[in-house]
Amino acid sequence: MSAREEILRRVRSATADVNVSDPALDVPVHWRYGQPLSTPDVLADLVEKVEDYKATVVRVSDAEVGAAIVTALRGLDAASVVLPDGLPDEWADAVLDGGLAVHRDDPELSHAELNVIDAVVTTSAVAMADSGTIALDHGPGQGRRALTLLPDRHICVVRADQIVSDVPEGIARLAPALRARRPVTWLSGGSATSDIELSRVEGVHGPRRLWVILVDA
Amino acid sequence: MSPTRERLTPEPPSWLGIPPFPEAVKEALGKAEQRKNLRHATGTIRAKRVARADEVDNWEELRTAAAQIKDRVGRHLDDYLVQAEKAMTDAGVTVHWARDGKEANRIVADIAKAKGVDEVVKIKSMATQEIDLNEALEAEGIAAWETDLAELIVQLGHDLPSHILVPAIHRNRSEVREIFRTEMGTYGTPAPAGVSDNPEELTAAARTHLRDKFLRSKMAVSGGNFIIADTGTLVIVESEGNGRMCLTLPETLVSVVGIEKLLPTIEDLEVFLKLLPRSSTGERMNPYTSFWTGVTPGDGPQDLHVILLDNGRTNVLSDPVGRAALRCIRCSACLNICPVYERVGGHAYGSMYPGPIGAILGPQLRGLEEERDRALPYASTLCGACNDVCPVRIPFTDILVHLRHKVAEYKSSKHPTVEGGIMKGAGWVMSDGKHLASVQVASRAAGKLYRGKWIGPMPVPLAGRWLQARDVEAPPTETFREWWKKNREGGQK
Repeated sequence: MSAREEILRRVRSATADVNVSDPALDVPVHWRYGQPLSTPDVLADLVEKVEDYKATVVRVSDAEVGAAIVTALRGLDAASVVLPDGLPDEWADAVLDGGLAVHRDDPELSHAELNVIDAVVTTSAVAMADSGTIALDHGPGQGRRALTLLPDRHICVVRADQIVSDVPEGIARLAPALRARRPVTWLSGGSATSDIELSRVEGVHGPRRLWVILVDA
Repeated sequence: MSPTRERLTPEPPSWLGIPPFPEAVKEALGKAEQRKNLRHATGTIRAKRVARADEVDNWEELRTAAAQIKDRVGRHLDDYLVQAEKAMTDAGVTVHWARDGKEANRIVADIAKAKGVDEVVKIKSMATQEIDLNEALEAEGIAAWETDLAELIVQLGHDLPSHILVPAIHRNRSEVREIFRTEMGTYGTPAPAGVSDNPEELTAAARTHLRDKFLRSKMAVSGGNFIIADTGTLVIVESEGNGRMCLTLPETLVSVVGIEKLLPTIEDLEVFLKLLPRSSTGERMNPYTSFWTGVTPGDGPQDLHVILLDNGRTNVLSDPVGRAALRCIRCSACLNICPVYERVGGHAYGSMYPGPIGAILGPQLRGLEEERDRALPYASTLCGACNDVCPVRIPFTDILVHLRHKVAEYKSSKHPTVEGGIMKGAGWVMSDGKHLASVQVASRAAGKLYRGKWIGPMPVPLAGRWLQARDVEAPPTETFREWWKKNREGGQK
């Protein structure tokens, strides 16, 4: 008997006491999925929670994003930056005008090349206010996963209309991307550990600094 | 393979060397430094968990939902496994099944050999701890490098994990510094000369030590927090980014996942991603969570394997009371609240699952054949604090009592015990009034002999040990039946 057949046989014999075949009828789940939190100011909530992770948050208008990216790169002491495909051209122009070294992921950069680039600028897919979580679905403007992993500083642009109250609403928004088999990455502040005496240390392996630019609609 | 070959990775001690809990406790309680480290760490994390759980208005509803979802999965596991297998296969994942640890280890080693790699990077995973994967790979000439900071401390320290979430919780900063200073250089980039015991400096040393391993690795091994049956999506929840490194950079990724880790749909994630970080680290959300559904061309590993691991889980499932232990999402809240764990630490439980969850899961996964597993259901005061903090509402104390019953049954089925003998004797006495009367003659005689005195320690077979710690009043000189005859039946009313 193959391992697959053997394990399924064991499972079936272990659950021989279950005599209702429909899982939903056998174990009803008393939960309302996707419910929003009644947060008076979702944007302010996101700012508070993201800052609690020691990330920097700035709020700008649409026209100010390019300049805010340059300010962020300078504020993070980044001299080189990788810009994924799909970012607005005016952002790239602003960074070039700011005199910083710009890399594009075309042709694809090697891991070693990415490892020595200081920063990455991306857009995002969804932000969840109550937990202070930003989700990337690695669509246009967000790059493949390695781009937001190897450079040490991450500047992430979040539009106000991408902000939802909490995780359930966030999952609902991300479900289509997940069903389309897109990888998804959630960031809640920068990399951190509490493994030594449970004292939190910011910055281990991922980007050690996160800088969020919130674009008011 | 020559047994004299030099090892590739630090040699750990064996769980098998640890005596059963009641004995192991005696040594553990003597470790004052460890007790201090644990009291500090568990105290800190308990306070954080309470604060973060209190922020969520519908916390109790979330816990109920999580328990229900997990029960649904367990009771219909065959359907969900078949569904998940198909979804993962359709997305480009090679799905393997492993009856036990040996089979799982074999599959991982074979994949490594087929890829021609002699080292793998690892994300912290309880499943691979459970099957002792690192040692199995070492024996095959493949080095497995732990990349979670706490696991790195344990691995470099030739040590065993003592906590599910913070495996090096028993170590303080100066011990960590000593381990890094003496061991890092042997296995890669050494710690900087003069590294202090500041956690920030130690973390930076780990970052440098591991970075070249991440960049050169061709294969990674992970566990998995969840698999979504509907879509075949895998989810890993972590903090440091070492997980993202392993899940993103190598060409091959092998995930060893227990068969109970399934969730029906994407939507179910909302329940668990609210409960897990707040219950485990006391954070609103862990820094990084990765979701991947099969192979994404041009992004991340192009060769994905998932090994669905039984290794005793179907034993747990077969007990309608004990199966609730399979709801566990490895948050470790039960360890952090447990007064027993806080004092004795994780090693005394003799397995990688310590604390209350280890006390109920271990004996069910492994069975009751070994003394150390029969001792674990007693490694608890039954105070029930673990019931209250568990985000999936595992009824720990019910299962502990149930397992104690099973241990008692196991023992009496193997050989007659003293209690068994006494109960058999008592059964004979009670079965017939004449038997009782004859025993009462002896009892009355003893009552007269000891009139007015207390019975202290005495060398009576069977009762001797009991009497060493207790004084007993002498038996009455008159039985109740005699008293009744005299005073009620025809006597005075």
